Parts: sequence; structure tokens; C-alpha cells
Amino acid sequence: MKNETIKKIVLPFIVLIAVLAIWIQIANNIEDFPTPKDVYISAFGGVNADGDEITGVLADPFYVANEDDKGIFWQIVNSLKRVFAGFVLAALVGIPLGLLIGMSKNASYAFDPFIQIFKPVSPLAWLPLLLYIFQDINMTAISTIFVTSIWPIIINTALGVKNVSEDYMNVAKVLQFSPVEKVFQIILPVAVPYMFTGMRLSLGIAWLVIVAAEMLTGGIGIGFWIWDEYNNLNYPNIIIGIILVGIIGYILDLIMGKIADYFDYRKRGRA
Amino acid sequence: MNKKFLVLENIEKRFPIPGKEDYVAVTDVNLEIQKDEIVAIIGHSGCGKSTLLNMIAGLDMQTSGNIFLKAKEVRGPGPDRAVVFQNHSLLPWLTVYDNINMAVKKVMPELSSKELRERVERFISMVNLDHAKDKYPGEISGGMKQRVGIARALAIKPDVLLMDEPFGALDSLTRANLQEHLMKIQQKVKNTVIIITHDVDEAVLLSDRVIMMTNGPSATIGEILEVNLERPRDRVALQEDPEYIRCREAILEFLYKKFAKEDE
Repeated sequence: MKNETIKKIVLPFIVLIAVLAIWIQIANNIEDFPTPKDVYISAFGGVNADGDEITGVLADPFYVANEDDKGIFWQIVNSLKRVFAGFVLAALVGIPLGLLIGMSKNASYAFDPFIQIFKPVSPLAWLPLLLYIFQDINMTAISTIFVTSIWPIIINTALGVKNVSEDYMNVAKVLQFSPVEKVFQIILPVAVPYMFTGMRLSLGIAWLVIVAAEMLTGGIGIGFWIWDEYNNLNYPNIIIGIILVGIIGYILDLIMGKIADYFDYRKRGRA
Repeated sequence: MNKKFLVLENIEKRFPIPGKEDYVAVTDVNLEIQKDEIVAIIGHSGCGKSTLLNMIAGLDMQTSGNIFLKAKEVRGPGPDRAVVFQNHSLLPWLTVYDNINMAVKKVMPELSSKELRERVERFISMVNLDHAKDKYPGEISGGMKQRVGIARALAIKPDVLLMDEPFGALDSLTRANLQEHLMKIQQKVKNTVIIITHDVDEAVLLSDRVIMMTNGPSATIGEILEVNLERPRDRVALQEDPEYIRCREAILEFLYKKFAKEDE
């Protein structure tokens, strides 16, 4: 057990060293490519390669200089707001639709072709159309997240409903459950874990989409910030952005996983 | 009314096969079952015994013929005919207590919460599961699950208890244990029981009459055997009992001589 713990710390550390070594090699061969040290200084402050004293991005994340110049914290908050708005909308529409498709063969026949066609469409393909419709950064980002993250929710919810075993339905029949009782006492308990799997996938997609969407819409947000830093030739900050996006995505997934486990009867009462 | 408690009249079940003639699963089934009688239906697999049970339960509809329970025609499933399924079909997200509670609450909405609790606990005690009432189905053994299934079925006070190979998925020791449970419960509270089985000893041990089904297609009742054994029955003492041996032999003769079935 203790041995395992040591491995879990030491082995990723070895990979980290390897990654840093490759990174340094790349930085040595590409002009102006930031080294790990440049990125560290950009993040936490210090004297940069040009000999200027700078405040790190992460050292002062809360500053607000003006409407267009805010700290990294505010960039992330704005991105998260859009992600949640789009995600909640997708869940509100996707769950009932998934329940319907799971319960009714006719609904399944009716919607399935469209789900299959629109599911693989890239958010970047939707973006121009939605930007044209809304002419507004927030609405465009939210609606792009909505149309790209709704599919896993619909598909998994429907899958959950279809997974309700015939035996449970027979129990409901013998007890003469009404349709509403069937939904709340039999179908939902089975389908909820699937729903959350769908929502977890969906939230992951939403977080992927927001970076791309904000790069194109501009304004404020982590995606736009990364693009802006590119335009400012501030390459170390791009790498900080990538790492931040990764860490936040990981945290979102962890939280969603915990919530999913809480609602999953298969993970309950099985100590 | 006591005589004609459950009546099956000219039951036939056909399954349509596209482009071919219908498959006749069971045909010409006529049977009368009395109140508080325990009837076993035995036959090789594919003889339509489960189909027959499902039709009595109302989960499946006969193609022709009628089923009457207490002189009322059976149309669709209902709590007056509780089913104990082979795979127990407990709801895995509910505890043992809640599985039974859910059923009783639905069927007897007039009970006060105190009466409801007492009824659920009484039936949990009846199958000796007091210690496991707050466990989930995933945490208890197959035999215990089946006991919960029996308690749930009996707790809704059905006119008929329908058991579809209730102990088929269990090992033989657990099965014997559950048979004892069932007989003890039957001593305490009389029920009308129809039990589907493919186990000869189980059929003789538990029932008052054994219905023997011929092989499908077009399966029907081949013979009906009366089991004239006193209750309570003791499985060990019975092994020497001439009546027990006679019944056993009659069923074996039917299943393996008259209607032997080759492996397909």
C-alpha cells in the first residue's frame, strides 16, 4: 500500500522531468519559444528574459484595470458562467427529450436520425451561424455550448430508460402503477446514473467548446485571453492558459463525478 | 365460490410467425384451482408453463379461452395475483424494507403510517429477515432476495400467489431452506399458490396437486396427480413414505417415459 503511494508520486514526477526536458529542447530550437523558466516568471512574477520586472498572471489574478483588462480569475469566471448557462440549458432540454426518446419508440424513430447527424458537428461550424443570429458574445457562446453538449445528455438519458429491465416493469404492472408512478419509482432511479454520465460528458464538451468559441467571439473569457496573449506576443501566457484550462476541466470532471456517484444507487449501500 | 376459485377455460396461446403458420405454445388447458390449494405445474422447458403462469398473472394475454378469478374475468395484471419472479426482481435502489413498503403502500393506501410499518415488519419477520431490513438487494444473498420477493408478494394480500420457478436459480441447499420457509408460512397464513417448477421433489413436497404438462408445441395438461400427504411435511421422513414414493415415480414416469425430451 505504502509502496503504491510512493509509486503514484514518483512515477508522474519522472514523466514531468521528461516533459520538461523535451520542452527545453523545443525552446532551444524555436526562436522566442518560452522556456519553463519564462513561463514560471510569467505566472508568479519576477524579472523576465528582457530584463523587465513583471507581476505574474497568477500572482495578481483579481485585478480590474478597466472593462477590457481584468485578471485571469475574472476571465475564468466569465468562461465558467457561459459554460454553466449552456450546460444547464442543455440539461433542461436534453433530459426530458432523452426520457421521451427512451420511453417512446415513435419518438426514437423521429429524433434518432437528427441526433446522429448533428452530434458530430464541430462547435466551430455552428459558431458563425449562431453569431449571425445573436450578434452577441454571451448568447453566441452559450448557444454554441448548448447545441454541442446536448447530445450526450439526450443519448445517455435515452439509453438509461431503455435499460430499465422488463422485470422491474412487470413489478410495476402487477402493482398497477400509473404512468407517473412508473416514471418516478422505476424509470428515473434506473436512468439517473446514465443521465449523469451524459451530463459529465456534456460538461467536458462544454469546457472544450468555450475556449474555441471565445477565441472567435472575443470580449472576456479564458479562450479570448489566450488568443489575446498570442496577439500580444506573450507566448509564456499561452502555456499558462493551457495548464489552467486543463486543471479547471479536471476539477469540473471530478465534481461532476462526485455528484454522479451520489445519485447512483449502484454505488450506494455497497460498503 | 370456494370450489371454483380460479378457473382456466380452454386456454390457448399462439405466437404469430411472419410468413408461416402460428406457433401454438399451449392449447386446450382446462383447470380449476380451489382456494388455499397449492398447485405445482411441472414440465420440460418449452412446455409453456411460464406462459401459462404469465397469462394467469395478466402479464401475457391468451389468444383464446378465459381465466376467471373469484368468478371475475382476468384482464391484465393486478395485485390480486402477486408474482414471485425467478430472478426476484427486487428494485436494487430500495432497501429490503422499502421494497416491501413500496408495494404495500401502493396496494393498501388506506393504511395509516403505523399500520403500514407494522405490516411491512410483520412480513419481514415472517421470512426471518429482520436483521437485513435496511440492506440493499445487492448486499444480500440470492436466497435472502427470494425471501424478500416472497414477503413482498404475500404482504399485498393476493388471492393467488404465482411463483415462476422461484428457487430455480438457487443452489440445492438454499432451495431446500426456502421450501421449508414457504411451507411454514403456508401453515401460518393460508394462500392459494401456483408454483412453476422443473424439480420433481419440489413439486411433491410443496403441493396438493401436481399438474404435468406435455411437451410443446401445442402443450397441454397431460396428467394431474393428487398428493395425499399430511401437513406439516418433513422432507427427510417423506423419503420413506409410500405415498411420496408413488407420487415421485408417477411424475418421473410422465416426464422421462411418456414425454421424454431429447436435448436439442
